Amino acid sequence: MGKIKGAIVVNTDRCKGCNLCVVACPFKVIALTKEVNVRGYNYVQPVLEDACTGCCSCATVCPDGCITVYRVKE
Amino acid sequence: MTRNEIIKPENLVYKKPTLMNDNHMHYCPGCSHGVVHKLVAEIIEEMGLREKAIGISPVGCAVFIYNYIDIDWQEAAHGRAPALATAIKRLWPDRLVFTYQGDGDLACIGTAETIHALNRGENITIIFINNAIYGMTGGQMAPTTLMGMKTATCPYGRDPQLHGYPLKIADIAAQLEGTAYVTRQSVDTVSAINKTKRAIRHAFENSMEGKGSNLVEVVSTCNSGWKMSPVKANQWMKENMVPFYPLGDLKDKK
Repeated sequence: MGKIKGAIVVNTDRCKGCNLCVVACPFKVIALTKEVNVRGYNYVQPVLEDACTGCCSCATVCPDGCITVYRVKE
Repeated sequence: MTRNEIIKPENLVYKKPTLMNDNHMHYCPGCSHGVVHKLVAEIIEEMGLREKAIGISPVGCAVFIYNYIDIDWQEAAHGRAPALATAIKRLWPDRLVFTYQGDGDLACIGTAETIHALNRGENITIIFINNAIYGMTGGQMAPTTLMGMKTATCPYGRDPQLHGYPLKIADIAAQLEGTAYVTRQSVDTVSAINKTKRAIRHAFENSMEGKGSNLVEVVSTCNSGWKMSPVKANQWMKENMVPFYPLGDLKDKK
């Protein structure tokens, strides 16, 4: 098919919920959750995983380096 | 293809740089410092200079940078980072020596050190984080605070009659004979971050090749000091800071 699929893994304990990745994602893959982590911050999680292309926008803008990106060509 | 099939080591395209350790960063959520820390760690890793890099940390929010990036660090007295960098680079000419300073450290108390180190053409790189406010001490007016901008110590806005005018350090540095590369970048969008990464790498390469001193000014945000959300602070920066501090290379000596 040649379609590019991506997946992200968020280090939720490190995330501070600044929301910059949510704005940076061109496909609205990532969103802030209502749950809080050990430090009391709301953290982000992938919600629309099928749309992810592994473009690394979210990981690039993350000030704390919480996001790991994987990409594969189908 | 399921998520578990994609998440495999061979498909990895982006992760936190290995030079950046797992210590929890004390910065506020959305602080520009984190992005620049990440870029510095990535570049040193890519250039293979882990054992040769010596950073000078400032006084200010970034004082604890030595806790987050696993290279050699030296802590300088307030504003004296370029003087210390000069000494280290002269004693260890084969090392990558850089300072990482904020606007209170570099543009206020350390203006003399900065300008003279740049003018002497020391083979160092100065990374200058300009967020137009004193972040660490609670949002007081900095020399780089914009006209009319409200801070804790100028609650009615910066007034030139009373507080003088904002200081454009990169423009001053570009006039000096000793500087090889002077640029002003930002870290608000993906493309801006990539440009900043290229700029810092170019500056590090220049200092290793002995071309002269390098200044990379990063126009950044301080959302806590500005009393905004991180996303709004990035927008405010684009609308208000960038017109006064235009982005781009100011000097690139070949």
